Amino acid sequence: MALSGGVAMANPEPDQLNMTKGAAEWSPYGMHMVALWVCVVIGIVVFGAMFVAMFRFRKSRGAVAEKWSHSTKLEIVWTVIPVIILIFLAKLATGGLTSFADTTGSEMTIKVTGYQWKWRYDYVEYKGKPVDRVGFMSKLEESSDRTRQLKSNLDPDKIQVDGYKTYLLDVDKPLVVPVGTKIRFIIVGGDVIHSWWVPALGWKMDAIPGIANSAWTKLKEPGVYRGQCAELCGQDHGFMPIVVKAVPKAEFDQWLATQQDEAKVQQAAQTAQANPATAPQG
Amino acid sequence: MANAATHDHHDHAHHAPQGFFQRWVMSTNHKDIGTLYLIFSLTMFFIGGAFAMVIRAELFKPGMQLVQPYFFNEMTTMHALVMIFGAIMPSFVGLANWMIPLMVGAPDMALPRMNNLSFWIMPFAFTLLLGTLFMPGGGPAGGWTMYPPLSLQGESIAYVVFAVHLMGISSIMGAINIIATILNMRAPGMDLLKMPVFVWSWLITAFLLIAVMPVLAGAVTMLLTDKYFHTNFFNAAGGGDPVLYQHIFWFFGHPEVYIMILPAFGIISEIIPTFARKPIFGYRAMVFAIASIAFLSFIVWAHHMFAVGLPMGAEIFFMYATMLIAVPTGVKVFNWVSTMWGGSMTFETPMLFSIAFVILFTIGGFSGLMLALAPADFQYHDTYFVVAHFHYVLVTGAAFSIMAAAYYWLPKWSGHMYNETWGKIHFWSSVISVNVLFFPQHFLGLAGMPRRIPDYNVAFANFNMISSIGGFWFGASQLIFLGVVVHCVFFSKKKAADRSWEGAKGLEWTVPSPAPHHTFDVPPVIHDDELAHGNTDH
Ligand code: HEM
Ligand SMILES: [Cu+2]
Ligand SMILES: [Cu+2]
Repeated sequence: MALSGGVAMANPEPDQLNMTKGAAEWSPYGMHMVALWVCVVIGIVVFGAMFVAMFRFRKSRGAVAEKWSHSTKLEIVWTVIPVIILIFLAKLATGGLTSFADTTGSEMTIKVTGYQWKWRYDYVEYKGKPVDRVGFMSKLEESSDRTRQLKSNLDPDKIQVDGYKTYLLDVDKPLVVPVGTKIRFIIVGGDVIHSWWVPALGWKMDAIPGIANSAWTKLKEPGVYRGQCAELCGQDHGFMPIVVKAVPKAEFDQWLATQQDEAKVQQAAQTAQANPATAPQG
Repeated sequence: MANAATHDHHDHAHHAPQGFFQRWVMSTNHKDIGTLYLIFSLTMFFIGGAFAMVIRAELFKPGMQLVQPYFFNEMTTMHALVMIFGAIMPSFVGLANWMIPLMVGAPDMALPRMNNLSFWIMPFAFTLLLGTLFMPGGGPAGGWTMYPPLSLQGESIAYVVFAVHLMGISSIMGAINIIATILNMRAPGMDLLKMPVFVWSWLITAFLLIAVMPVLAGAVTMLLTDKYFHTNFFNAAGGGDPVLYQHIFWFFGHPEVYIMILPAFGIISEIIPTFARKPIFGYRAMVFAIASIAFLSFIVWAHHMFAVGLPMGAEIFFMYATMLIAVPTGVKVFNWVSTMWGGSMTFETPMLFSIAFVILFTIGGFSGLMLALAPADFQYHDTYFVVAHFHYVLVTGAAFSIMAAAYYWLPKWSGHMYNETWGKIHFWSSVISVNVLFFPQHFLGLAGMPRRIPDYNVAFANFNMISSIGGFWFGASQLIFLGVVVHCVFFSKKKAADRSWEGAKGLEWTVPSPAPHHTFDVPPVIHDDELAHGNTDH
């Protein structure tokens, strides 16, 4: 598979027909498939009956119209059967909703902020401890950005990472997360409404100014999972992708430590810069 | 004097006024106003269609080839607004104007002058709306749903809001007129439960219109005051709530989608019995199903908002309520199939479009049922899967029903038969291309392509190209429709019989073809077995 590691078909593939199973513990894939098959079966019955009718009851075959136009019994049948099917689907879906709403027991909190037209990620808390100033902007990576300009004549197919064609699905700095960890996301909007969506996580959640939404994921396997903003947010709505890089826990701890150190160094530099005596401006 | 004003001098001659201006601009005649509505909506259908062609051309392959992203957003926004408010809704009102008086045996609409006003507001509303495209700052680009804060960034919001107000006034007046006509002007013997299903569907739709158009007007007015008068209804920084707008909008918006499909149910319920030569199956259930769908449409609005982070209880309530809609919708589909069962069917163009409606609308209903499952909607929402869903219900649903209606009643309107061969060519070309256009969009959405984006990853390339080819093909097919209609009205030599279709029943087929300028000056005598569904006692 031409994927940069991770779960097969977690990212959009050429000519993909169906929803991804995803890479997370919570996934609506199963329910989607049940609903799809229910629809297919009902469709075969109903359309089948229609085609039989169209064949058998044609005037050109000499069919004579019958006179009946009512049957209470039949109408009860096709009210009750759908109700039973719906109850079954509703039960399934209620289970999915309940487990999705349960953000308790998370080991990590990340705040996601949507801006026109980039994302900001702030690591708030990890393993019960606050994270010190680890946060960054994440925006469309530069070669996609050049290619997507009107009449750029650059070839979107050329943009690849490890053989996966990442046009419009890659960023300058991905969100790095540990696998096997229940992560709670706090999602807000910085200016207008955006929506944070990575299909491999199984959900999207709107990023709304003034409202703190929450959602969670627990990724099963390391990999790079790509998504996009899913709420129209202005002219570059199509150009603010999301990349989640899931790494083994140890690797993540190391990464986080480096980030924290860098943040400290940066902060020191900033304090220095804020002091005009030590930081002359050119 | 007040008294003198109420005593109009009616021209009871059975011909239209002579001057062009007198006849069309000053018209109070339900047939002429119906024609105006139909011409207007066909024009809007082509304008909205042109916008769609721009969208599909830009999406033909990855990379930006034709338009700037902002202009692309203007196109998606305008396409939807024009199609919904300019093409689908007015054409149903045009059909109501033409057919309701003829179907219930009334001489005209109850409020003929208001009828004139309801129509003539529309060209002004749309001039205003379309005019924004040529203004500095451009047209609206925040989507037809106009969610703040984004919509408030646009410079054209005041024009759009005013245009929406005008459309709302027009719709409300039209709805009042329809209700007044149906409740007061029926010929003696045309009991409510003997009315054609089309008339029933419009009676219920008119109540939906009156209930929700003011809600939309309120929502957009709040946008206006937020933008220009420093209110903070939807501004979080000022203590407002952007999600409040969505609740108000969809409280309008969901009934609105039923406003666009209930009259279609009515049309299909007229046409299938005619060409199956068998009365509609379960007339009362059909009427009751429409009424229950209309009721349910008020309590499902938040299914458009599953991803805004509603409390779980709300998600569950709106999910269950939405799923319930599938029950009466299912009853309708099963009853149409049962109407065909045991009939003696022929397949003229109106019937072909109706059969395609039943199948393809049902496919749209299936995806609707899937979307109703909130956890799955966390994936589907705001993707091309939703785009496919609503085009199956709106294009192969609402628009196909309107085309079926046009072919069905054109002989009555024009006095001529349209060319059946070309009608069938139009049908087959449309029904194949529309599936090439929209079916692959299910795959795109499931694979992860968001809606309202001007460019996409190369993984989505093939299905987008197929979809665009279907789009151009479907667009071109509608020129055939235009040709068939123009030919039928102006050039066709084939005279239509009063009862233009062998199996047609109902009062509209008892008057001459073309229907004279004034009909039913004297209320008709109603014989139950002459009504399409008159004989409802079992
Ligand atoms: C069985 C009946 C139906 C069900 C259960 C259903 C369900 C839904 C749901 C849940 C959505 C929201 C999807 C999302 O945004 O994630 C939706 C969207 C939509 N539906 Fe339906 N639907 C049904 C029939 C119809 C009909 C009859 C129409 C119109 C004729 C319609 C028009 C639309 C439109 C226009 C949207 C998209 C609105 C937007 O976001 O701009 N639907 N439907
Ligand atoms: Cu966006
Ligand atoms: Cu809805």
